[in-house]
Amino acid sequence: MVTEEQVDQVIAEIFRSYGKDRKNLVPLLQAIQVKLGYLPKEAMKGIASFLEIPEVEVWGVATFYNQFRFVPLGKYHTTVCMGTACHLARGRLILEAVERELDIKVGQTAEDGIFSLERVACIGCCMLAPVIVIKDRIYPKMTPFKVEEALVSYKQEAKRELKE
Amino acid sequence: MTFEEINNRAKSEWQALQKGSYILVGTATCGRAAGALDVVDAFGKEMKRRGLEVPIIQVGCIGLCHAEPLVTISKPDSLRVVYHNVTQEIVPRLVEGYVAGDDPCLELALGTLEGDGEETVYIPELSRFERELRLILRRCGYIDPENINHYIVNGGYSGLEKALNMSPEKIIGELKKSGLRGRGGAGFPTHQKWELCRKARNIPKYVICNADEGDPGAFMDRVVLESDPQQVIEGMIIAGYAIGAEQGYIYVRAEYPLAIERIQIALEQAKELGFLGDNILGSDFGFHIEIAAGAGAFVSGEETALMAAIEGKMSTPRPRPPYPAESGLWGRPTLLNNVKTFANVPLITERGGDWFASIGTEGSKGTAVFTLAGKVANSGLTEVPMGTTLRQLVYDIGGGITEDKLFKAVQIGGPSGGCLAESLLDIPIDYDSLREAGSMMGSGGMIVMDEDNCMVDAARFFLDFSTKESCGKCTMCRLGTVQMLHILEDITAGRGKIGDIDLLLELAEDVKVGSLCGLGKTAPNPVLTTLRYFKDEYGAHILEKCCPARVCPELTVYYILPDKCDRACEHCILTCPTEAIKGDKGEVKIIDQEKCSKCGTCLEVCPLEYDAVVKLSPVSSLPSLKLSERKSKK
Repeated sequence: MVTEEQVDQVIAEIFRSYGKDRKNLVPLLQAIQVKLGYLPKEAMKGIASFLEIPEVEVWGVATFYNQFRFVPLGKYHTTVCMGTACHLARGRLILEAVERELDIKVGQTAEDGIFSLERVACIGCCMLAPVIVIKDRIYPKMTPFKVEEALVSYKQEAKRELKE
Repeated sequence: MTFEEINNRAKSEWQALQKGSYILVGTATCGRAAGALDVVDAFGKEMKRRGLEVPIIQVGCIGLCHAEPLVTISKPDSLRVVYHNVTQEIVPRLVEGYVAGDDPCLELALGTLEGDGEETVYIPELSRFERELRLILRRCGYIDPENINHYIVNGGYSGLEKALNMSPEKIIGELKKSGLRGRGGAGFPTHQKWELCRKARNIPKYVICNADEGDPGAFMDRVVLESDPQQVIEGMIIAGYAIGAEQGYIYVRAEYPLAIERIQIALEQAKELGFLGDNILGSDFGFHIEIAAGAGAFVSGEETALMAAIEGKMSTPRPRPPYPAESGLWGRPTLLNNVKTFANVPLITERGGDWFASIGTEGSKGTAVFTLAGKVANSGLTEVPMGTTLRQLVYDIGGGITEDKLFKAVQIGGPSGGCLAESLLDIPIDYDSLREAGSMMGSGGMIVMDEDNCMVDAARFFLDFSTKESCGKCTMCRLGTVQMLHILEDITAGRGKIGDIDLLLELAEDVKVGSLCGLGKTAPNPVLTTLRYFKDEYGAHILEKCCPARVCPELTVYYILPDKCDRACEHCILTCPTEAIKGDKGEVKIIDQEKCSKCGTCLEVCPLEYDAVVKLSPVSSLPSLKLSERKSKK
């Protein structure tokens, strides 16, 4: 989580390079999410007063689009592709395996903040189906067993860092 | 600079490149996923180690996704050799063999690269290229998408140069002659949209390129934008000139960061050379393009919803008329076309409408770009003349079904399209034939399914997608699809009732009629087509509680065949994630069905020589094993 002061600082910085046009709403939300990893409430309020539109409109637009998140992501954000090709290659089993291994459900971030899980409609690597993405690295042709293998190394890394 | 000067400069850069050796590595998203960037690094290191200075050029995708990472080594006065599935480990061998030496390492090669980007590049060793006709893919995987000179040398911007010396009416006239129809899926005649926008009095006018490619399993637009973005920009500039607009937007989905990056670079380079900006190529005409990045909403692909998204609002559709050509973005006349529609425009302008109309069928002209995915051997991207049959696409280009399985269906058009059965494999691919069969051209995603895929489950999958992506504006799309989904979930879980099918058909009709935009109007298509062509599978689920493809988990059980299981092997016991398999040494292993999560790991790890794990459906077919049999020796 980031503090309110940090949020204020970040949005003030971002506002400097945007005009007050309504069409900048989505780009502003995107820019803030890139910077902070999610959209804190204070940031959305800040956008509303900057663009001089009701807060509820910012909230409405932000919750409409799939891209926006309202809680921070885990350190190792894991994405499971549930596109057609992955589904046909038994992607459901992969999703279940990831949920089992991480002990979180889709859309959640683990309490210790290490893993978060999301499903996406297609990442466009259909020839490698089924795929998962852990922290921007694509793991092709997964099986429930390989899921376990892939996640173990991240779990160990997280443990190691915790010790240090 | 005049166009001739720009052209000459590009030519000399290109010729200088051809004088020496160079290496092409496909680094579009598909190549990257297969490890292409590691291959680029490995080439860099190996060159440095050997003190070689050979340019490594990152190109887009040639469409052979199954063979990625692809590397082409080009040498003056020698063969250009294409290598497939290249790994870091074989890079030193390639460098030693063909970059430094004269051994083309044929054992690692896929073929040779022939032709050029002005006509088309192809690999003559692969028979699929005989079926293909590449117009908008002709430069993909051959030119550097981040170097405008590569585009210009291979025929780029000569369409625009010609267009600026034509009257807007003449350009639209050529478009009319060409018979080009919208490549976004619905197939509306392109010239009509242009004509309407041209005649609209209200100014300013806008041009929008719809690159919100949301269909799961479709990535044609992504490949075009990542591999050859300038042709789309050129098409948009010509459109701006023809309708009298000065501002364009490319709406790209946020899930395509590399495409956005490459468009950005392409726009800057086009501006630098005077193809964008005020007074394009010394004329009075000015045109500017901005990128609008989507934020992840499938419905944004619908034209009115897309314009709402650019305006910074919730992306929901509105009733038409008024059509965007009269009142679109900010209430102004707006021309909205798909990526591939714009990509066809420079060629039509340059070569003429009659030339384009000579390709394809009576009602559908030109080529169709498809992505092939699913259970097909050569997944990837292809471009064929309209009228090619589905069979040619799946077998000649796709290489048939993987693992010698039986073909079951091909799904075209994503969540809006339909599943077509084997009996329809010989229909020609064009807008009208596909619509007649209950599917649609869609944007070009094609997914092949085999005997291991359950059609009821496939219908459920697509409907689940549409339900999640419905924007919620129209009641029938928001709630009707959910009711349909519940029925399908019941059927796949063994709770199906007689009468469900009639109810599905009735709801499907209501959802179609009661929805404003394409999302809702087409959402029932996957259900309707599977009901039309695979009704027996629905019957098996409902009446016998059996999933013939053994996919639906509630209707399937895993079983270890006692006479095949090797008593000493413990692969399945050790890997089962829920510890559901019991059996001491010398005993037959038994799966505790209460604990089994049906993940299939046991089936996967059971050694091939035993092959003892099977899936059974219906659940009632599970043999009961007496305790006394467990002890029996093998």
